[in-house]
Amino acid sequence: MTIELTPENPPQVVPLAHWLLSDAPTSRRQAVLGNLTRGMFALAANPAALIGLLIVLALVTIAAFAPLVAGFRSPIEQDLVHRLAAPSGDHWFGTDELGRDILARTAYGARVTLTIVMLVSILVAPIGLAVGTTAGYLGGWVDAILMRITDIFLAFPRLVLALAFSAALGPGIENAVIAISLTAWPPYARIARAETVSIARSDFIAAVVLQGASTWRVLFRHIVPLCISSVIVRLTLDMAGIILTAAGLGFLGLGAQPPTAEWGAMVSTGRDVIFDQWWVATIPGLAIFIVSLGFNLLGDGLRDVFDPKNT
Amino acid sequence: MSPDGVLGFFRRLGGFVGSLALTLLGLTAVTFGIGRFIPVDPVLAVVGDHATRDIYDKARLAMGLDRSIAEQYLIYLRKVASGDLGQSVITSHSILADLMQFFPATLELSTVATVIGVALGVPAGVAAAAYKGKWPDQILRVVGLFGYSMPIFWLGLVGLAIFYGRLGWAAGPGRLDVGYDDIVTARTGVILVDSALAGEWEVFRNAAAHLVLPGLLLGYVSLAYIARMTRSFMIDQLSQEYVVAARIKGRSFWGAVWGHAFPNIMVPLITVVGLSYASLLEGAVLTESVFVWPGLGLYITRSLFNADMNAVLGGTLMVGATFIGINLLCDFLYKVFDPRLRSA
Amino acid sequence: MSDSPLLEVEDLNVTFPGRGGATRAVRNASFSLGRERLGIVGESGSGKSTTGRALLGLIPPPGLVSAKRLQLSGQDLSSLTDADWQRLRGRRISMVMQDPKYSLNPVLKVGRQIEETYRLHHRASQGEARRRSLAMLEAVKIRDPDLVYHFYAHQLSGGMGQRVMIAMMLIAEPDLLIADEPTSALDVTVQNEVLRILDDLVTDRGMGLIFISHNLTIVSSFCDRVLVMYGGRIVEECKASELSAARHPYTRALMKAVPVLDRPVSELAVVIRDPEWLR
Repeated sequence: MTIELTPENPPQVVPLAHWLLSDAPTSRRQAVLGNLTRGMFALAANPAALIGLLIVLALVTIAAFAPLVAGFRSPIEQDLVHRLAAPSGDHWFGTDELGRDILARTAYGARVTLTIVMLVSILVAPIGLAVGTTAGYLGGWVDAILMRITDIFLAFPRLVLALAFSAALGPGIENAVIAISLTAWPPYARIARAETVSIARSDFIAAVVLQGASTWRVLFRHIVPLCISSVIVRLTLDMAGIILTAAGLGFLGLGAQPPTAEWGAMVSTGRDVIFDQWWVATIPGLAIFIVSLGFNLLGDGLRDVFDPKNT
Repeated sequence: MSPDGVLGFFRRLGGFVGSLALTLLGLTAVTFGIGRFIPVDPVLAVVGDHATRDIYDKARLAMGLDRSIAEQYLIYLRKVASGDLGQSVITSHSILADLMQFFPATLELSTVATVIGVALGVPAGVAAAAYKGKWPDQILRVVGLFGYSMPIFWLGLVGLAIFYGRLGWAAGPGRLDVGYDDIVTARTGVILVDSALAGEWEVFRNAAAHLVLPGLLLGYVSLAYIARMTRSFMIDQLSQEYVVAARIKGRSFWGAVWGHAFPNIMVPLITVVGLSYASLLEGAVLTESVFVWPGLGLYITRSLFNADMNAVLGGTLMVGATFIGINLLCDFLYKVFDPRLRSA
Repeated sequence: MSDSPLLEVEDLNVTFPGRGGATRAVRNASFSLGRERLGIVGESGSGKSTTGRALLGLIPPPGLVSAKRLQLSGQDLSSLTDADWQRLRGRRISMVMQDPKYSLNPVLKVGRQIEETYRLHHRASQGEARRRSLAMLEAVKIRDPDLVYHFYAHQLSGGMGQRVMIAMMLIAEPDLLIADEPTSALDVTVQNEVLRILDDLVTDRGMGLIFISHNLTIVSSFCDRVLVMYGGRIVEECKASELSAARHPYTRALMKAVPVLDRPVSELAVVIRDPEWLR
């Protein structure tokens, strides 16, 4: 149905805010954007969540602009004459045992952390969604088997298995990511399954099926989009744990290998000089802590917005 | 318990044993799989680089590597079930014997930390729920938030640096000062217990002194989690009508909180405490590295550095099995003790 | 029976400060009560339950309670300390709540919950408290007191649970009982039983009763006098027998809205609210 634009029926200019927050959205895009806007406002009202968001944004910015933040110093260039120098005008965070600038290493380390977090998310969310929605929608023995497998992996200790896995595969970021993902996906499968089970019985799914949609289409185009918000909330809450696990692996020498700057590994090398040159180990650890805190705050805030009954 | 309660109990017990068995089976499958993934040739690891072709072939046969994967897995299962986890490259003891020797230290530390976590965390959580929104609550939330955003290994290092290095308040790394090592014969492996049993109070004090710093730090992490969950549970209960009913009867506010609301959360709280304990056992790989605490975690990491994969996998199996066992046990206890589910 | 009233309420106000302004849940409510039965009728949000809780001092913060006069048998209720309230509640004034599924503690045996009220106000041994608890269970016509004593709340039917609630709240023999929707969560067939038990106990003990409900029919048959609340205010006060002569339009509309089985109508009457009533 087209609307004739005539002098008697001029186009209505609606302010963006009204359009976004309208109670009667006329298109799917308007509805989705409207919800997002409302969510953002609710989030903004929560100071703790805002702090979390700022921290996460800072992480992304520092990672993206690492060379700039590092003052264009190299994170891997050694300067043995100035090793273990205290923080000063030259080196804001001091230097480590090989004379490398810690500020630069911390900034570039943000890249490693962000990479791991993103890679794990990209692996874990789709696998969890796939397993969970399939199990929830198909039911029966498919559900039983998939959920059994999920429960088994859910019961596994994350760090220890990631350790064993990394040990077997060899150190390196990719292996660390795979190792972490192996034990991180089950909660998402459970969440997706729970949501799917409650959605699958609704009328609109029945309508789509009657229209001839294949199982694949129903799952992918209709059910998965509805599970995404819960998955995102959970993902944000989990990120802190993932960062800590990754840092733990780095601390043990698995994960990113020297000379790449990785926060956990930096803490480990700083161990030996902790009593006198405290900054070498303390500063990267502080970075891990702050980023983890940021994700926790943000995740709590997102959960309050999207799932208030759990506050 | 009513008659169907007894039947229900055994049904649930069966479910628990079944879940446990299946999950442990899954764990062994994973450790077996990881073992197969090693890029290092396992035969070479045993016979060495200079072995002849003949010895290599014989060793390969003896290790069963010519069989199918499924058969190898079954052999592996049989070995694990009989306690044969291989031999440690570093200590050349049987891995199982090594694990049994190192396990008590980890248990000791985790237990102390959990006790602290419960003793401080539960009242803190209850207080936070009772004073919800006010400053005790805000403080607790911040304390808790810091607790589980903190990398344990970093907290340990910083703690050592400050309280041992700078202030000299706490004892250094390790379980005992050098010189106290061989005084007490290990009967349970838990030094506090052994020294108390032997009447060696100086050893006891020294061991306790060494437990303080790692115990408090881990206790803090445990506290953060337990307090948060306690708070969440209590907030739910305090909004219930039966709490108002208790006040109407004449109960004071705190009487209603501890006498009525709290008994309702004891069951989920057991699960939480169990989960916390299990995660401490797991996190031991990091803390024991920092405090040079001779427990399972340190054993695993040392084996890791020495490329002793069998020991790593054996340790993983033991930590994993304990972790899984505690989690599933807590699930089971939860179902057994909730009176609402008893006659279900 | 003494002349001075059991309960005197003058200008009771309960206000809840909130983000969009304060909500006045109860406005200038005034009434008095002797050893008789007073019904308070109103819809949700009328302030009737809030009034009940205010009489027990159980308005949760940030709610604010104020009154020109609030006295129970001459004792001023607005200046009580926590310790005073603990002595008063259960012993002099008590409340039966709506749904025993929620108002009984799920993890304690019901017999112990009944005992608790007694032991909070009297020094008694375990054995004596238990005997009194069993006696109360009998008084509310529970057939197997020894068995039910050991039950948990989820093992009781609605009617039994409510009777246990009554036992629990009357065991310390209060002078005034507030019944907040005591039968609203029960099946109709069970309602009458519970009402009858309440009736007997209140009469036998010569208690004052405030019966809060949204059900005008039950209130008018059960109570001596009726208060009608709307928007936090008391809009009508009259004898139960004289309800048909009620003057306030809201009360008349309520009475007209009650369907009568032997006079079917094509359209049920609906209460049309006049915003004037809220001023």
